[in-house]
Amino acid sequence: MTVRTHTASGPTSSRLGPGGGDRVSPPLRRRRLGAPDWRQRLEIGLLAGPALVVFVSFVILPVGVAAFYGFFSWQGFGPPVDFVGFKNYLTILQDPDFHAALWHNGVIVVLSLVFQGPLAVLVALLLNRRMRGQSVIRVLLFVPYVISEVVVGTGWSLMLQSAGALNDALDKLGLGFLATDWLSDPSIAIWTLMVIITWKYLGFAVILFLAGLQGIPEELNEAAAIDGASYWQIQRRITLPLLAPTLRIWAFLSIIGSLQLFDLVYIIWGQYIASTAGTSTMATYMVLSGRTSGNYGYGNAVAVVLFIISLTVALLYQRFVLRRDTAGALTERSAR
Amino acid sequence: MTVLERAEARASRRLPWGNPLVYLVAVVVIVAMLAPVAYIVLGGFRTNSQITVDPSGFPDPWNVGNYLGVLGGPVFWREVLNSVIVAVATTFGVVALGLMASYVIARYTFRARGAMYALFAAGLMFPLTVAITPLYFVVKTIGLMNTLPGVILPQIAFQLPVTVIILVPFLRAIPDEIQEAAEIDGCSRLGFFWRMVIPLSRPGVITVGILAFVFSWNAYLLPLFILNNQDAFTLPLGVQAFSSQYSQDTAKVLAFTSLSMIPALVFFSLFERRIVGGLTGAVKG
Repeated sequence: MTVRTHTASGPTSSRLGPGGGDRVSPPLRRRRLGAPDWRQRLEIGLLAGPALVVFVSFVILPVGVAAFYGFFSWQGFGPPVDFVGFKNYLTILQDPDFHAALWHNGVIVVLSLVFQGPLAVLVALLLNRRMRGQSVIRVLLFVPYVISEVVVGTGWSLMLQSAGALNDALDKLGLGFLATDWLSDPSIAIWTLMVIITWKYLGFAVILFLAGLQGIPEELNEAAAIDGASYWQIQRRITLPLLAPTLRIWAFLSIIGSLQLFDLVYIIWGQYIASTAGTSTMATYMVLSGRTSGNYGYGNAVAVVLFIISLTVALLYQRFVLRRDTAGALTERSAR
Repeated sequence: MTVLERAEARASRRLPWGNPLVYLVAVVVIVAMLAPVAYIVLGGFRTNSQITVDPSGFPDPWNVGNYLGVLGGPVFWREVLNSVIVAVATTFGVVALGLMASYVIARYTFRARGAMYALFAAGLMFPLTVAITPLYFVVKTIGLMNTLPGVILPQIAFQLPVTVIILVPFLRAIPDEIQEAAEIDGCSRLGFFWRMVIPLSRPGVITVGILAFVFSWNAYLLPLFILNNQDAFTLPLGVQAFSSQYSQDTAKVLAFTSLSMIPALVFFSLFERRIVGGLTGAVKG
């Protein structure tokens, strides 16, 4: 293993190629390289070791085991012996219930981006202004994000029952014709879910965007204001482009989260109603067809499919969208 | 311009109250965000007959019996304690392990660095849901079923990817000049980590710490698999158990549910100030 200090990275050392940079020492910045390699290896081991051990044993290992069990017809006890090859996978790909769940996940991915993104940017811009009561407003906005899915699910499902508070309130406001069956009508339930998701996770997007906004130097806005730019012009021409890396990271997290949505659907609709109400997701399908039916091998195969879909989406996203951020970071570094 | 001067200039230039339209928007957004929470909290102050007769009404008269009933029993407090232990241990573990690993990835150059970063980044694609069944068997094998560490360790592992992804760019942004200056003053890389990186990365640490705490506090699926014993239940399991046990007693369920929100909200509002303060004092300034 070749170890170099961080200061050696950047354009100079990358031209030298990996490994070669150690002995061909350019002047000045390479002072640290006199230090023996074993010491840096020890530091790397000490610092990164614990995280790697925990991560591998509780994330990588179980996922690997899941992939292995996916090839078996296995009921969850004893060693898996009934090897069925790709039969589980074929069944999944032919199951209309899985197709429906996949479609719902797709809808949730797109609608989450469309609903939450613009709304969260607006709210973050609003909160980034200096005003009275700012910190109170911030805390209140983050309330839905901070409370648990179980609380959200319990509260919303009581509120949205046919004879629940929302329909009653609509009635009182003279909007009784809007009252409907929010949870079990298949043409409405997915929109209900989207409202709940937006409500619940908006605060997360706002936190990320606020952090991104704080990183934008105040001087830029001041300079633009002096040049006569209006508030909205400044936001559109300066703030949004500078916020773009944060937006791209958020979109990535949101897409992955939408693909793996489980808790809210499971708690509000339960495992059986979700599919008839049109809100089932791949994860609820996995639990229903795997754990609940006692067919753990099949459930693990669904897990693998879910994983492969997430991984493909993530790799494509990183390849085509996030790459620009790394490029930007590198040019910024070399400019120093 | 120093920070102080800039702050003064800013304060004098802006109106203290700002645009009324901004407040109008803020109020609309906040009402939308809080209405469902208000429904839960107010519902706890009503009786079941009030809720049946008038689902969207206010408490009339106000009735604190539901809340007192929940607070008077041992179940709620035991679950709060379990949740606090799990959340604090998870947060501490994630921050400590994540910061060390991120420091290696951000500021050391070695062959396996890219692979290590990719490994953690790939973790974002491994949802807990996918691994839950095998994870259950792993935890069972090492004898941690029905114990809080059986929830804490996997939670640390699954929260590491997000932590590393957020912290690495943060640690990279610390100017090389600071490290060089520290080296000239005779500070080793580990010394630099302790004396400079930890203080400088405080805003990032607070952000990932809050994410970890909230993740743990809200966690439902993992405790559901690992903790079968009522004595080890965390609050989300408790809420769920309570609402199926008292499914006819809506008011009491709402009271229990709203009480279970309070600790996380208190924690969050305490640290929210530190996020803001921390971020404004960030390295780039």
